[in-house]
Amino acid sequence: MSTTENPTSHESEQNPESFEDPGVPYHRPRRADVDPKAEKKAERQVAALFGVSIVGTIVAVGAYMVLDMTDEIESIRFTNMVIGLGIFLAMIGIGLGAIHWAKTLMRDHEMVEERHELRSSDEAREGAIQNLKDGAEDSGISGVKRRPLLVGTGVLALLAAPLAVLWPQIGNMGADWNTSNFGHTMWRKGTRLARDPDGTPIKASDVTIGSAFHVIPEGLNELEHHKIEEKAKAVVLLLRLDPRDLKIQEGREDWSFDGIVAYSKICTHVGCPVALYEQQTHHLLCPCHQSTFDVADGAKVVFGPAKRPLPQLPIAVDEEGYIVAQSDFHEPIGPSYWTRLKDTSDGLHADETEEGGH
Amino acid sequence: MGARLDAAAAGTANYVDERTSIGGFVKFFARKLFPDHWSFMLGEIALYSFVVLLLSGVFLTAFFVPSMTIVTYDGPLATMQGVEMSEAFASTLHMSFEVPGGLLMRQIHHWSALLFTAAIVTHMARVFFTGAFRKPRELNWLVGFTLMILSLAAGFSGYSLPDDVLSGNGLRIIEGVFRSIPIVGEYASYWVFGGEFPGEILIPRLFTMHILLVPGLILVLIALHLFLVFLHKHTQYPGGGRTHKNVVGLPLFPVYTAKAGGFFFVVFGIVALVAAVFTINPVWNYGPYDPSPVSAGTQPDWYILFVDGALRLMPGWLFDIIPMEWELWGYTLSLNILIPAVILPGLFFGFVALYPFIEAWATGDRGEKHVLDRPRNAPVRTGIGVATITFYVILVMEGSNDIIANLFHLSLNDLTYFFRIGIFVLPALAFWITRRLCFGLQRKDRELVLHGKETGRIVRHEHGEYQEVHEPLTDDERWILVSYEDIAPLEIEPEFNDRGVRRKGYRWDRFKQQLSRIYFEKRISPVTPEELAEAQHSHH
Repeated sequence: MSTTENPTSHESEQNPESFEDPGVPYHRPRRADVDPKAEKKAERQVAALFGVSIVGTIVAVGAYMVLDMTDEIESIRFTNMVIGLGIFLAMIGIGLGAIHWAKTLMRDHEMVEERHELRSSDEAREGAIQNLKDGAEDSGISGVKRRPLLVGTGVLALLAAPLAVLWPQIGNMGADWNTSNFGHTMWRKGTRLARDPDGTPIKASDVTIGSAFHVIPEGLNELEHHKIEEKAKAVVLLLRLDPRDLKIQEGREDWSFDGIVAYSKICTHVGCPVALYEQQTHHLLCPCHQSTFDVADGAKVVFGPAKRPLPQLPIAVDEEGYIVAQSDFHEPIGPSYWTRLKDTSDGLHADETEEGGH
Repeated sequence: MGARLDAAAAGTANYVDERTSIGGFVKFFARKLFPDHWSFMLGEIALYSFVVLLLSGVFLTAFFVPSMTIVTYDGPLATMQGVEMSEAFASTLHMSFEVPGGLLMRQIHHWSALLFTAAIVTHMARVFFTGAFRKPRELNWLVGFTLMILSLAAGFSGYSLPDDVLSGNGLRIIEGVFRSIPIVGEYASYWVFGGEFPGEILIPRLFTMHILLVPGLILVLIALHLFLVFLHKHTQYPGGGRTHKNVVGLPLFPVYTAKAGGFFFVVFGIVALVAAVFTINPVWNYGPYDPSPVSAGTQPDWYILFVDGALRLMPGWLFDIIPMEWELWGYTLSLNILIPAVILPGLFFGFVALYPFIEAWATGDRGEKHVLDRPRNAPVRTGIGVATITFYVILVMEGSNDIIANLFHLSLNDLTYFFRIGIFVLPALAFWITRRLCFGLQRKDRELVLHGKETGRIVRHEHGEYQEVHEPLTDDERWILVSYEDIAPLEIEPEFNDRGVRRKGYRWDRFKQQLSRIYFEKRISPVTPEELAEAQHSHH
């Protein structure tokens, strides 16, 4: 590694077609290089910065020891802030001190080092190839005494072996792999619609025109297992529109009740809760990607990245006046997936023949 | 005292060297030269924020409980009293409000994560625009690219750990994206979540990924990245005495030990200051994950915004008539998700990863490049870079279109319509404008070399003519402006040889030639000494 100091590198060929490299520029001394007073001053500045750091450390440790955390959120925030400012000073002092030291007092005289081509020499390459050849010959991978049987089975075994570990691992990671769970929720015929989160059932008379309820199935809160998974599929928005505004969808004539409709709250795009209801326009907006659904018209997509309408939950009113589901959704709720139509047991078309007669 | 210390140091050094032959390494490394430039510090910021992430992360692991078991909150935070939440969320609240300095460490961790990803991307942009990815550094570009992807994985997995409403919805979006993958999508979702979303195993899995797998890979690749930097020796900006065959700079010890080492403390200090003063990710305001609520105007961390933006941009119905979700032979293909969230990022990142190779085809240059380009001297590359950034920024802006619409009282829908067209038009426009600007700057450079700097001094000649005095450039100044490479489009062998036989590999060569023409057909050559002499001659 030849390290020379500041040569004027006139190595470039004397080509009249291009300019000549003027070489590394002349080094201008800094004030601290020539003036002992400036040097002393820089030294004091560096020391002062290191001093700042020490003070910062004391502040941080002191704040931790002295300030007590009461249950007041404000005092917690204050303690954190003081510790943080202490760390700031502790770090920035060392940092600026070291940099100032380097910039004022250490060498700023640039040096030149030659690079070497990365390519190995021909000799080294030949040696490498020879070594590999020798090794291959020794082992019988190639050469006179080739052992293709060993190579073949060896490669096969190596390729197969990871399966012994990965297969059981990956196999277990998806639990029961029963993805048909995507296709149904805990809504059943007669399940009451209840308020989210307290779970009290909703009477039809509670739902005034223009109002919207965030709904869960009654009994969700009492589930022992998979409560959150069930909730993630079953949440519903219950709305009441002026019956004159509501365009009843074909085949869904009896799915609503006096202007009250219930739609899945899970966006058919990528599954965010469609939580924003604009009463004036009857539009439901998903805040994640802004798919907009028109609840007056079968929750069809009017804007944004979703393609399918929100699935509708068929509802009725029981003898006590509570709103209940007529059945589960007739199609999988939420984002699409490859076999989605297989889980659409009785979608709109099937509905006309099977359930339409109810 | 000094002598005894010296003797002790010598003894220790001898002890270590006899067992490791470290002397050779120290001799090799200690005076290794590094060129100086502010833009070389961007990569350092990435490295240092990663170190800060490790330090603060270790603190957090001491208190975080990666569990989705439901508990009822009982702590100092009044608004959360009695609320059901996962242990992950409860422990996040505990470390924020009951561990002194805990909130600070969380904020240091989060802020440095944002800085980490930002520094990586900016560093990549620097490497791109200066052509530092050229031979022999193509492989290191790929290492750095992989680090960038890993930083996104690290960020997203960490963002999801507190199990709050925001991150839970983020995960649900990811789940929706998984589902859109044809054939295997629903199984991929089950595989990741261990059953139906959200399941009870995801947070522990993400935790292991976040604290072991991803940072482990990042560490290994950082080591490889830096090893290659040492092996290649650092690139340098053009200037007097700087060639492709040397490196001009200051030694690692002591100058860069102090400067770069000091810079670590500066980065740490500034992150600590920001974290002490500015709240980030106040999960206690959002609440624990619940599949039902979501609020408007919430944003993911900045590095995920572009995916969110792409998802927002893509219409479910093209021109309101062509569905972007197809039902084919009883199967559902969700192009409205697949295109923005899988195909587009795949193509985008694929292009970024492969760019050094694409440009190498166009130049046909096989030499090692160690002197950086000034961006203006590579107009097409610079144009491509700005176009790529424009494309990215549009996605980011679409990802916060609700905030923009709110802030400037614009229609959300109009903004989306604008960006839907803009995503095609604006990058092309950005490319064109940037290339023009580069040519303009190159012409300006030629002007400077040929006619010197304007001095503002007006001289009246005897015959009454006024003229401004131009001061010629110094050799050093001129060298920077004229020392760039003037690359001509590739010349290739003809398609048929003398006997009319078609040459093998012609089509590939032809492709490279066409690519090369895009790059170098129109170019502005540096001033030659002859031109300068002529210009000076005509002046007198």
